[in-house]
Amino acid sequence: MPNSIQIKNYTDLPDFDRTEILRYAGYLAAADEATSAILDECLQEAKTAFSFRVAYRTLAIEDFLTEFKPDESLQAMRLSGVDRVVLFAATVGLGIDRLTAKYANVSTVKALFFQAIGAERVESLCNRFCEELTETYAKQGVCTRQRFSPGYGAFPLTAQNTVFKLLDCPRTVGISLQDSLLMSPTKSVTAVVGLAKTEK
Amino acid sequence: MNVREFLQQNIVLLDGGTGTLLQAAGLPLGELPERWNLSHAEILKGIHQAYFDAGSNVVATNTFGANALKFSEEELEKLVAAAIENVREGAKRSLGAQEKFIALDIGPLGKLLKPYGDLDFEVAVETFAKTVRLGVKYGADLILIETLGDSYEAKAAVLAAKENSDLPIFVSCAYGEDGKLMTGASPEAMVALLEGMGVDALGINCSLGPKEMQTTVTRLLNAASVPVLVKPNAGLPEADGSYNVDEEEFAKALVEFVKQGARLVGGCCGTTPSYIESLRKAIAGIEPLPIAQKAITSVSSYTHAVYFDTPVLIGERINPTGKKRFRLALEEKDVGYVLAEGIAQQEKGAHILDVNVGAPGIDEKTELPRYVEELQAVINLPLQIDTSDPVAMEHAMRRYNGKPLVNSVNGKKESMAAVFPLVKKYGGVVVGLTLDENGIPETSEGRARIAEKIIAEAQKYGIQKKDIIIDPLAMTVSADKNAANVTLSAVKLIRERFGVHTSLGVSNVSFGLPCRDAVNAAFFALALENGLSAAILNPNSAEMLKTYYAYLALKGLDENCVEYVRFATERLTSQIQTQTAVAATPKSADCDAKSQLQTAIVRGMKTEAAALCKTLLNDRAPLEIVNGEIVPALDEVGVAYEEKRAFLPQLLMSAESAKAAFEEIRAHVLATGEQAEKKCKIVLATVKGDIHDIGKNIVGTLLSNYGFDVLDLGRDVAPEIVVKAVLETDAPLVGLSALMTTTLPSMEETVRSLKAKTPNVKIMVGGAVLTEEYAKQLGADGYSKDGMGAVRFAERIYADLCKKS
Repeated sequence: MPNSIQIKNYTDLPDFDRTEILRYAGYLAAADEATSAILDECLQEAKTAFSFRVAYRTLAIEDFLTEFKPDESLQAMRLSGVDRVVLFAATVGLGIDRLTAKYANVSTVKALFFQAIGAERVESLCNRFCEELTETYAKQGVCTRQRFSPGYGAFPLTAQNTVFKLLDCPRTVGISLQDSLLMSPTKSVTAVVGLAKTEK
Repeated sequence: MNVREFLQQNIVLLDGGTGTLLQAAGLPLGELPERWNLSHAEILKGIHQAYFDAGSNVVATNTFGANALKFSEEELEKLVAAAIENVREGAKRSLGAQEKFIALDIGPLGKLLKPYGDLDFEVAVETFAKTVRLGVKYGADLILIETLGDSYEAKAAVLAAKENSDLPIFVSCAYGEDGKLMTGASPEAMVALLEGMGVDALGINCSLGPKEMQTTVTRLLNAASVPVLVKPNAGLPEADGSYNVDEEEFAKALVEFVKQGARLVGGCCGTTPSYIESLRKAIAGIEPLPIAQKAITSVSSYTHAVYFDTPVLIGERINPTGKKRFRLALEEKDVGYVLAEGIAQQEKGAHILDVNVGAPGIDEKTELPRYVEELQAVINLPLQIDTSDPVAMEHAMRRYNGKPLVNSVNGKKESMAAVFPLVKKYGGVVVGLTLDENGIPETSEGRARIAEKIIAEAQKYGIQKKDIIIDPLAMTVSADKNAANVTLSAVKLIRERFGVHTSLGVSNVSFGLPCRDAVNAAFFALALENGLSAAILNPNSAEMLKTYYAYLALKGLDENCVEYVRFATERLTSQIQTQTAVAATPKSADCDAKSQLQTAIVRGMKTEAAALCKTLLNDRAPLEIVNGEIVPALDEVGVAYEEKRAFLPQLLMSAESAKAAFEEIRAHVLATGEQAEKKCKIVLATVKGDIHDIGKNIVGTLLSNYGFDVLDLGRDVAPEIVVKAVLETDAPLVGLSALMTTTLPSMEETVRSLKAKTPNVKIMVGGAVLTEEYAKQLGADGYSKDGMGAVRFAERIYADLCKKS
């Protein structure tokens, strides 16, 4: 059967981006010594906490439209010229949530950093996955458009229900959807990448 | 013959995939396959028949996702009834002469349990229970719980099955290539949990092909004393959805598993009746290996199992007995303090944490399970549930994510009658104390007799010897010169005579003596030499750990002395670090302790702040230090933050340093009885439905540092709980946080409830999605975009309050 769900595991993401992590934590300058030391401790503890997984499938644009019923503004903004989309769900696993919770009532600064580290990792994972898509499709002369996620712009958060139905996320990558439409693990991203003959 | 009997003598052939076949038959994208039990019953009957024709002994109903979260109860009943009927009809139509059984198939609920998801454990149990009851009603022969990726959910499912049926229970989990479940459990941890709960078979299915499963299957077989089930996918999926292992290769791989000892085999995704037929032919004539009983004593957490084959350290610090500060933390529901004790013990090398929250005024029935949940959410060590209250014990055991150590039972009839049924139901290793109605025997022989009684009585409940650890009780040597001798010989006697493991609360031995560590360590070494398997001790005691690691090295239990060297180096390094840290404390001629403390707080130097505060307490009043040192330092950083000269992490590091200084002040106050003054009470909560709490925690830390008496209700808090807390504490101010647009209605409701029931309380709100304007609209009295803003608002409220009174 075509359009089946694929799963990718990653073990070789780029190193932590400290500047990015500090930025996520609200630290907008070069870190002082004490801050640096705490961040180092957090990075050390977080190192083994990740398991990077992505589930994805390709949908014909017709199927996408039927399933998601996007409004016109989303179509105009994101889908013009797009004939297929890649739908994906990426997660860094529950480990970083556990670390954040571990320090929530013990050290708020560490909890803050673990949040930031998780955010940096999941972005890094999405970037890596999308780079690979771009590379793969470039060989076929197909362009990949910028990814977009439920809850941003004209793509409503309720689209998460459809994403989860189509990617079977709990089973394939261990992400579950809460009634509030939040995901667990929290450091997870779902997104759509349009495939088209032309750059936008 | 029922399936339990059949399993004892035979290799059980299971069925293969259903989903793939349904898709091939036209199941459209996104349609729930369970609905086909009614709408396409003939297709299902055909598939089931094909598996029976291929030789399956057990065929599973098409009910993988049939649960009350996805279907109305009315529809659920119809679907389950039809699903069972379809298998029954398939069996009837098949000409196969083999034994045939109907398995009620139960898959995961698709939602993660709390605290990381939003599904409550008891709701999960009840959801599974609804499906189980239907399975029983419509005549399933067994329950097959499969493809679970979370140990806690597996526990909920097994509990539901046990509480609602007497059917055999098979449990199969989906392991990754790393040999772990999605939420982290190892095969050994799952064996401990599931066997402890008394399942009939356990195993692995889905996610991987036979080759990738090899290591996990071996680990399951090495750990399990019940039959092991293996249901691989037909390899890994290709881009076009097909699988890369064919019938022949599949059968060949599974024959190897059978030869290793697997007793139930079948296929998962991508396998078809022809795979099962090949498998049947391949295993025909193979004699099943007997199910070997392993003499493994193990407890488990959500990640791993701890075996008692080398001596185990049980951290004793989570216990209020004789600890004023700990008792205060329990009274104040200061979860952070308790967690910090747990984290510290783990860092020091404890293998298991004892959890005891019994103190006057503490309701153990609610508090013990609460702390067990808090601890198991963030610390991956197995827990020892320590209480004399059987109700508290049951609540905690039920909620525990793993197989706990249970402390304790003793030789009294009443104790055994209360504790053993719990161990049988929830699983666990239970510590048996050698005392009974006649007290503690003075001889080792007397203690051994009680041990024998405990072991024999447990057997009547079906609890095996390997799930009992005897504690022959360490008594005080200063009260009786032979006390230690008796205990030591009892350890040896009990170990040798009954072959059970033993444990001791080691430090009791030195009660009333000076320099207790020396006595404890020597006693510990002697006890280990007499065969002690586990010690309850203080992992902060260097002497005890030195003894432990040295003992392992000397007895050949530490290959190449790796553990000893690691311990020695780490201990040494941490000592050096502490010394350097103290040396690095800002110190100069014109800089006295006063400004030193302020500097340490401003710079976010935690250890130094604590040490300096302790020094200051020698000659200055606590309140003077708070108002003269800590608050000015906090203000300095607070202002810098508001002016964007300092950033959030720096603000928090200062806050934590101040907290460390406060901790010294609290200890001083507790010791001297002086009163530390607090400003007014403030109730904090993240609203119901929202599990984001970092913002709220930051606010809480800052408010505490500014002297407010913060009651943090946590996250996902229902409106009525907030109202109740305000009524009980008479707090003049409440802080609410929400992060998601989807949880804003919940905040609105909380504000509404507060306004209605506690009209005098002031409400401040914050969170990513809130704005000043929206806060007003909600009816909140204050809005703050960050923690410092919340402090400023609280100070205004407090000032008004002071003016009024």
